[in-house]
Amino acid sequence: MSFVEYSEIIQEGDVVIIFLGHESMMPIKVQSGAQTQTRYGVIRHSSDLIGQRFGSKVTCSKGGWVYVLHPTPELWTVNLPHRTQILYTTDIANITLMLELKPGSVVCESGTGSGSLSHSILRTIAPTGHLHTVEFHAQRAEKAMQEFKEHKVSHLVTVRNQDVCKDGFGITAIADAVFLDIPSPWEAITHAKSAMKRKGGRLCSFSPCIEQVQRTCEALLDHGFEEICTLEVLLRVHDVRTVSLPLPDFGPEEGSADSSQMASDVGQEEVPNTGNTSVICRTATPPREMAGHTGYLTFATKPRD
Amino acid sequence: MAECVNDSDAEGRISYGDHVVLKRGDVFKSVQVENKKKVIFEKQWFFLDNAVGQLYGTRFEIEAGGSLKLKITILFSPVTDSKEAGQDNRHIVDDGRSQKLSRDDIETLKEQGLKGQEIVQQLIDNSTTFKDKTEFAQEKYIKKKKKKYESDITILKPSTRLLAMMYHDREPGKICHLRYDTLAQILTLGNIHAGSKIIVFETCAGLVLGSVMERMGGYGSVIQMYPGGGPTRAGMESFGFPSHFHETLHEFPLCKVNALLAGTLDLSEKDETSGVSEEKNSEPQSMEVSVDPQEEMRRAERERLREQRAQEKKVKMEEKRKKLASAAALLEGRNADGLVIASRFHPCPVLMGLLKFVAPSRPFVVYCQYREPLIECYTKLREQGGAISLRLTDSWLRHYQVLPNRTHPVLLMSGGGGYLLSGTTVAADAAKARNQHKSEEPVAKRLKLEKISSSCDSSA
Repeated sequence: MSFVEYSEIIQEGDVVIIFLGHESMMPIKVQSGAQTQTRYGVIRHSSDLIGQRFGSKVTCSKGGWVYVLHPTPELWTVNLPHRTQILYTTDIANITLMLELKPGSVVCESGTGSGSLSHSILRTIAPTGHLHTVEFHAQRAEKAMQEFKEHKVSHLVTVRNQDVCKDGFGITAIADAVFLDIPSPWEAITHAKSAMKRKGGRLCSFSPCIEQVQRTCEALLDHGFEEICTLEVLLRVHDVRTVSLPLPDFGPEEGSADSSQMASDVGQEEVPNTGNTSVICRTATPPREMAGHTGYLTFATKPRD
Repeated sequence: MAECVNDSDAEGRISYGDHVVLKRGDVFKSVQVENKKKVIFEKQWFFLDNAVGQLYGTRFEIEAGGSLKLKITILFSPVTDSKEAGQDNRHIVDDGRSQKLSRDDIETLKEQGLKGQEIVQQLIDNSTTFKDKTEFAQEKYIKKKKKKYESDITILKPSTRLLAMMYHDREPGKICHLRYDTLAQILTLGNIHAGSKIIVFETCAGLVLGSVMERMGGYGSVIQMYPGGGPTRAGMESFGFPSHFHETLHEFPLCKVNALLAGTLDLSEKDETSGVSEEKNSEPQSMEVSVDPQEEMRRAERERLREQRAQEKKVKMEEKRKKLASAAALLEGRNADGLVIASRFHPCPVLMGLLKFVAPSRPFVVYCQYREPLIECYTKLREQGGAISLRLTDSWLRHYQVLPNRTHPVLLMSGGGGYLLSGTTVAADAAKARNQHKSEEPVAKRLKLEKISSSCDSSA
């Protein structure tokens, strides 16, 4: 198992995602002899996990069952321990496409935060790219590094514990793309520009507030960035359900030919339309509440020097 | 200028045969650079020959006769020196006479070969109302005129971003109205990355295929399932991938999926059409009785050509057979790492058929322009099992204009970018077939049921 390579069989030391049903999951680290408690009973790693195929069903002690899944950045995003507010898959997907990330890309990111986006970037740029991520919070930087090791992607990433607004990314002229998720991105634009390749590259800044976007766009313009574009993407999840819509009763149709025919067919004059008082249909409904705003995504191109 | 460039720019230069993306303003066009080929873009025509040898990302001007000239980037010079501007528009009357230059005058200026910026300046100088407009209105006026008269072309390297935006703007019908943010979701939800084995079924001109290949970077394999006579790849070709990417691309006809699943796929299968044509050719020949030596020679020549053609055909067929065999071998393992479907066909049978080739614990993503067919897929998958975390989604995309004191969402937004059904495969359950409905129930419920039945057993 690795976050950048699929494998078939669960091994000691792997991170697996336990699927408990209905959007309920938990990540666990597989260790022989270890046990994990779930609401369906205990999972014994040695017998239930090690040597099993990813995607198989595991029966727990109380007779309930769970699925064990291969980790992916998307599963990790919904299961990771939060140290900060994180980016979710919808935004991540757009960031990845609009930054033109692919195998071999060299990317700068700040802050590392909980590493939600980092894992996704690493998946995309492997096996030949590199991520330079900067986190000014020492403990978070340390924790991120540890996670990258556990997830077998540490060879693709350098974590630097410094202030990106003051000290930059620690590299010059080698990045294809820069991503900023910090409170004052406009203060990091100079550093972003100097981190990027001479032939140019792409930049993205994520900000929840429009005032931040405003200042960032001004800074980008001042530094000669082009194709500046701000957008917002929201995900709508549709709940697939069967609904039944009752039919209204208008009473018997007076003097109409088919009403009399129906009455004679059914042979019940008091209750016409029996058994046909509602229509059942499959539909998809929006959830009662949804995330209405995560942040504005501002993209720009650094032109060739 | 060339000397000062030292970062790996050898590949950064435009050469003949390259697939490139032309950009003017927000408009893109994908073309292949060819010798003396006339290109028409945004009502202008030109030749790309002068761009050969230049760096990607370079800006060009179009000169008379359609040749491209490097744009000398002078720092933005303000078009208006006087900062004279009005407060509001209470005195601005639309009498249609504010512009003193006539259409003919403008045409003459153009014919004189005046630069775009100079024409814009002329228009401003001859506008009687310009000085009365507010500062913002002046800026807007200049921007509008610039867009019309200044026509710089930038030549860019193709990417998923550029091509997806281009297709969505220019030919949405060809890509089933798949919007770029939806394509972004497909690639991410599908966990597309280097080293995987991905099955793709698309009728989006090859755009989805190309974007998957870009994310795989030439590592792993892509099996394109295709309907009809052959795969569509124009969109993929526009990416201009290096040749080793193509070695990772395989193809398999959808019409042979059933045979493959049943294990009855005959790989030694002869192409019937070629056999027929050979017969047809040989018949009239035997009828000929001419003894004219010239005729004889011509006939010999014809025969030689025919044989050559037959030989070529044989080689091609052999190649085709080999390709089919290699794709079949990849599929037969039934251990693909992902499945992407984006087509104009009903997604339900496609999904049910192709999901059988995917390993457990792997993501799949189905795109459809409409929601209802995906509801059907969802229901069917729930019945059949073998997939979890099913989600039916669509995304909503809004662009913003960000300018000092003029920030707001842009007026027009896309109404819809299609729908996605995504999920994860799991090992097929042996008990499932026997007990389909029971296991569909939530786990907690089933536990309770089991408890009840066991307590009943013990009491009995």
